[in-house]
Amino acid sequence: MSETTLSAQEALDAARRRRARLAVEQQSQKYARDLMTPEGAALRLRIATASERAGAFLIDLTIMILALILGVISIIWVVGQLGFEGLALGSTLLSLFVFALRNFYFVSFELGRRAATPGKRVLGLRVAARDGGRLTANAVFARNFLREVEVFLPLQFLVFGLGDDAVNGWIALFGFAWSGLFLFFPIFNRDKLRAGDLIAGTWVIHAPKITLDKDVAVAAQRRKTASTLGGYTFSPAQLDVYGIHELHVLENVLRKSSTDVREAVADRIRKKIGWNASPGEDDRIFLEAYYAALRRHLEQKLILGKRKVDKFDRS
Amino acid sequence: MSDLLKSYRFREEREADWERLDLIVKRAERRGVKALSNEEMLALPRLYRQAVSSLSVARAISLDQNVISYLETLCTKAYFFVYGTRTTLGERIAAFFRKDWPDAVRAAWGPTLLSAACLFGAGAIAFILCMIDMDWFWSLHAPGLTGERTPDATTEYLRSTLYSDANDAEGFLTAFAAQLFSHNSGIALFAFALGFMFGAPTALLLAYNGVVLGSFYALFWSRGLGYELTGWLLIHGVTELFAIVLAGAAGFMIGGAAAFPGEKSRMASARDTGQSAALVAVGAVVMLFFAALLEGFGRQLINSDVIRYGIAGATAAIWGLYFYMPRQRDRAPA
Repeated sequence: MSETTLSAQEALDAARRRRARLAVEQQSQKYARDLMTPEGAALRLRIATASERAGAFLIDLTIMILALILGVISIIWVVGQLGFEGLALGSTLLSLFVFALRNFYFVSFELGRRAATPGKRVLGLRVAARDGGRLTANAVFARNFLREVEVFLPLQFLVFGLGDDAVNGWIALFGFAWSGLFLFFPIFNRDKLRAGDLIAGTWVIHAPKITLDKDVAVAAQRRKTASTLGGYTFSPAQLDVYGIHELHVLENVLRKSSTDVREAVADRIRKKIGWNASPGEDDRIFLEAYYAALRRHLEQKLILGKRKVDKFDRS
Repeated sequence: MSDLLKSYRFREEREADWERLDLIVKRAERRGVKALSNEEMLALPRLYRQAVSSLSVARAISLDQNVISYLETLCTKAYFFVYGTRTTLGERIAAFFRKDWPDAVRAAWGPTLLSAACLFGAGAIAFILCMIDMDWFWSLHAPGLTGERTPDATTEYLRSTLYSDANDAEGFLTAFAAQLFSHNSGIALFAFALGFMFGAPTALLLAYNGVVLGSFYALFWSRGLGYELTGWLLIHGVTELFAIVLAGAAGFMIGGAAAFPGEKSRMASARDTGQSAALVAVGAVVMLFFAALLEGFGRQLINSDVIRYGIAGATAAIWGLYFYMPRQRDRAPA
């Protein structure tokens, strides 16, 4: 019945939106990898995108630069205390400190229990072995020592190549372009591997923090038994209007949205399913009740092997 | 309550176990396995398996996104913990020195020979060229690299650079050693990393260092200082050159694996070789650390040629035996 009220333009728009959504979903599928555990269950891993990895690296780089500045300041302080005698000690400390920072910052964090540098941790990433096995120390060393070529070599060409004569400038430019191939390596492969990942047999995956929240459907049921509003029974036709995608959107609305959004969503659903709101009906309670009923309906279908993907799915 | 959703009842029955697993894994990530009680250690595998099976079931029956993504991350986290490595850093270091490092070096004898050929071959060519005509020295060296030690210097001056006064400011020795170490280790890791480009840049880097060495040698040799220079060079040079050869070998290993994968796929070949090559490269850094100590302290404080030769011979024997001495294995290599 609601279909007839849709104008042709609206239907076209809806179809376009659906295509766009499916395209986005397909895009995100490109980053999903199934890892078979020895128990025979498939864990779905999500690979970090190239931009996430670049972001993590920039955070780490910032931390390293800050650490370097702090290190230099404290070494200068020590040398200042010791006077001229401390000069040699200061330069010793500085060169060892720079070496350790450059080569062991990443290694020491990735060898840790979380297998992630602070930058990766901020973005919810971690390093893992590609075959799903143990992440060995050798792998961590291998993947990080290649940074010399991937990051520091292009930087060297860039920094030392400027301001000199034309020939050196050209050499630096070619050098930079050539070494840049390795810098941009992650963009050109499916698994977003760095050259170091390739050598070490590792990749970087998502390891987000997700908490187990209250079940939205149950909140509704609890409230329903407690309150006098018992009138929420939906007909099968009213429940057949939506599919799993809409259910998930509704779940997000109930978990996160403001009253305004809830009101708009509730109005839309009422209109679509032809629901006559009783006076003073609470949007939240209505949405929760509809969510619970819809989920029950769709889960029952799911158990029978019917997966109604979204409202357009009429199979 | 029979009115409740099936998927909710499923969740309700298992929720406590999921949260317990979450807690255990979180604690272990924060404070290590030692923070877990015996009871928790026993519960862990059971809870993990239960969570994994919950995930499979939830995917089939539940449409609660939050539950599924929660279980997904929980299982992944627990999987990496349960099947992850649990050796301590100390154990890893011990295994590295006892077994992993010498094994990796021994297995890499082919690339080691190739790397040595690049370094010493280029050195020999530069040596011969300079002996024929010392003008080559100027073409082979970047100005300033060897300081005052050029063909223009007097023999007396050259001799004086090989020995140091006991009155030298000793503080500068340590600084010198540290700088040498970070410089040389940088080159070693660089030689390894460049191997990724099919080994060609590694060969160039080795040859370049060989050329500098060979022409330098020729300069001293032509003034009749060959014997003294050898002592000056080898007291730390045995360790240092060996380390650079090994770092180059590590580079050739990954270069070779990427260029000639054989029956494996290129990716698998690079991966299998990359890890042992990294071991060899880390080892080279360790060796360079010793070399810097020998160079910074040993060479500056010991001015006797005989003792210098003695130390050179001893280090050669130690490294040779450590890497290449056949040893009994009580267990099959894991």
